[in-house]
Amino acid sequence: MDTAQGIISNAQVHELIDIVRKVHGFDFSGYTKASLKRRLTRIMLLNKFEFYDLKHVLINNSDFFQNFLEEITVNVTEMFRDPSFYRAVNTQVIPYLSTYQHTKIWSAGCSTGEEVYSMAILLNEAGLGKKSFIYGTDINTEVLKEARKGIYSLRNIKSYAENYQYTGLKGSITDHFTILYDAASIHNELKQNTLFSVHNLISDTVFNEFQMISCRNVFIYFETFLQERILDLFYESLCPLGYLCLGSKETIRSDSFKSKFKVINQKENIYQKVGT
Amino acid sequence: MGPDKKLLERWHDAQIVLFGGSAGSFKILFRIIKDLPEKLGKTVILIIHRKKNFFSEIEKLFAENSRMYMREIEDKDILKTNTMYIAPANYHTLIEEGGYFSLDVSEPVWYSKPSIDVTFESAAEVYGNKCAAILLSGANQDGAGGLLKLHETGALTIAQEPADAEMPEMPRSAINLGAADYILTQDEIFKLLLS
Repeated sequence: MDTAQGIISNAQVHELIDIVRKVHGFDFSGYTKASLKRRLTRIMLLNKFEFYDLKHVLINNSDFFQNFLEEITVNVTEMFRDPSFYRAVNTQVIPYLSTYQHTKIWSAGCSTGEEVYSMAILLNEAGLGKKSFIYGTDINTEVLKEARKGIYSLRNIKSYAENYQYTGLKGSITDHFTILYDAASIHNELKQNTLFSVHNLISDTVFNEFQMISCRNVFIYFETFLQERILDLFYESLCPLGYLCLGSKETIRSDSFKSKFKVINQKENIYQKVGT
Repeated sequence: MGPDKKLLERWHDAQIVLFGGSAGSFKILFRIIKDLPEKLGKTVILIIHRKKNFFSEIEKLFAENSRMYMREIEDKDILKTNTMYIAPANYHTLIEEGGYFSLDVSEPVWYSKPSIDVTFESAAEVYGNKCAAILLSGANQDGAGGLLKLHETGALTIAQEPADAEMPEMPRSAINLGAADYILTQDEIFKLLLS
């Protein structure tokens, strides 16, 4: 049932944002409000909380916060979401990456790791597996634990089979997993060149230099001013001519950034860093 | 018989028009997008259930045949008059206080993404009685709860006459909830839209 919205008021949403910032140091003020409100309402319904219950546990129960963080951020992800994006990376970005001795890729907001491993499969199939390294980051430590394991339910993996077919990659998605009963475990060779770590796009800074950054379907949760702050961070984190991949509905609109990022693929929102 | 006076007035007052459609709604939606005039003086939002990896098909067909300017919603698009927006596949579409769209990839609602409920509820929150919403043919209950919310906030709410719909479940669910101000056949809906 989703007749949830409206149980809490806008003022109450702001009150919760304040509490979370003051007590836990996470700043959600730049999040889009309609989505945030839906998530908050969902948390209240799941826990059978009234607004005051939620306020109370957020202030007094520090264990609850991890759970809150997991629920407030959207961790729905797929392997090879938007297959046409992976096709575009294959033809438009990988030739560039292959000119490097070694490439570093950052998947920002990687959740449970599906996108990191999709990219690892793509690179491996292109023969770049051994000379590339993917950093997956998220604000949420619990999802990163799942990402590190690289073990998914077989049912989920099979549901990505159609995506995989549309990417044009050979074989089938299960070729990249070891399957044991209902669990599908990503091949070790694909896991080797990945590292998962906590990074908060809102409060943390540059931590490495990359040839490619992928941050897809994260900006949709942020207000424009916050998106632009993070675009700055990405710009600083890319090597000259490095690639930035946003979600297919997340276009760079601001004029100041249009001169910093050249459009490589308009439909898939793949950009290249230009200027200095 | 044409639409009654009260219905006509409310339709003309509406600034935001939402259509929710699922299985069996394609034909009527196609006729709607073809017939709506270029300068309707309203913002039109279409939420249509469909498979995720075949986007561009419906969007392209609609864009090529609509008289009104049509675009697939992108993150933070501003709601504009005389524009027809279509909610993208595999995202939920929300409306923000500032009059712009935001997208969301969270769990499907009623097995659907886009979910009609999500957008209807969000429109009710922000625009309330400035909305008119029409829930068309469909095989599940998505949209019923959202239409009720719109109804409660004073929007004009219409459900397609179930006997007239290819799949009656969706409009019937809304009617059972008491969400529909009016129950209209396809022909009556067209008469209203073109009045």
